[in-house]
Amino acid sequence: MSATTIPSGTKWWNGGRSPFNISYGKVMMWYFLMSDAFTFGAFLISYGTIRFSVNHWADPNQVFNAFPFAGHANLPLAFVSLMTFILIASSVTMVLAVHEGHKMNRKGVEKYMILTIIGGLAFLGCQAWEWTHMITGEHKVLVNGAIETWGTTVTHNPWGLAVSHETLSKLGLAANEHVTTPGPIAFGGYFFGITGFHGFHVFSGVIINLVMYIKTKLGHFDQRGHYEMIEKAGLYWHFVDLVWVFVFLCFYLV
Amino acid sequence: MSSHVSSPEITHAPEHASGTGRIWKTFWVLSILTIIELGLGYYLYSQHGGLSHGFTLATKSLIGILTLAKAYYIVSVFMHLGDEIRNFIMTIIVPLCLFIWFIVAFLWDGNSWKNLRNTDAGSREAPKTEKVEHAPEQGAKH
Repeated sequence: MSATTIPSGTKWWNGGRSPFNISYGKVMMWYFLMSDAFTFGAFLISYGTIRFSVNHWADPNQVFNAFPFAGHANLPLAFVSLMTFILIASSVTMVLAVHEGHKMNRKGVEKYMILTIIGGLAFLGCQAWEWTHMITGEHKVLVNGAIETWGTTVTHNPWGLAVSHETLSKLGLAANEHVTTPGPIAFGGYFFGITGFHGFHVFSGVIINLVMYIKTKLGHFDQRGHYEMIEKAGLYWHFVDLVWVFVFLCFYLV
Repeated sequence: MSSHVSSPEITHAPEHASGTGRIWKTFWVLSILTIIELGLGYYLYSQHGGLSHGFTLATKSLIGILTLAKAYYIVSVFMHLGDEIRNFIMTIIVPLCLFIWFIVAFLWDGNSWKNLRNTDAGSREAPKTEKVEHAPEQGAKH
């Protein structure tokens, strides 16, 4: 609630001043993020179009039901919730770093930048585990009358419809065996493509935050007299969190 | 003490909030919205697809609206867009309105594509049962 003391009736468009009342660097960061929003938006909308165009799509609750060290326990949504909360928490520490920067408190900025970097690395670690689990998973899939063992990759989608008991018994398999048919091939490409593109943003965000931490530590922003670079890095980091909110919606919740 | 960025583009430097109350309030709002979303998602899952198509779609839309609320809080408070002047807010928000057309047109297209395939471009009735095989059993060994 930073009440700006702008006199009413300020003529923003009469020249002599910026109509946006915000530094050039921040304006450009916002415009970059807007273009990036369209890139992510196009990816997610393309995913949605393909998903709407087929009769059956993988149920996220079955695809994403694993948790590290929990074996085969059926825990839908659990791990991705953890990832979501890690990213929200790191967004909070980032905005606290910006807040300390406004107060010119170098120690405070350092502390919160470190916490933000740890949050980013924790998220990347979670994603690495999830990808590994997906790719190395073993699912029995009925392909051309024979059973094959598939993981989820950009060329293989084992998340099609389940094979009926009758078909299983015809094949000489136990009726309680869980066998599926191949699902739409686009699933893996969209999942790994979009979460990978987001993960790469998280990775570059961690690098940017690391650079900002080192510059803070070296006292560059104290010499400059303001911590605006922390604000710009913060805008990028919050955007990464913002994108995750939508990836979370499109891939895991609906 | 609050520091101000001195830049020729800034006519009136904004006053920064002194406390962190608003940040933590937003954190709790985001957490609670996420928990509600998870609850709704888990509810849909726990019904094993036994809900009507319309009800499922309505619940998913509600989750979508809650996501938009989260996006609003992140952009407005964490990214401080709400503290900028109206001119700047509009230069960001107005172009994003393109998304309204973008989402509606392309999802509509995907749905139309499905209908055309199911009916051989309208030359026959859509099959009554879309799902030939039975749905996977819950808790089955994956």
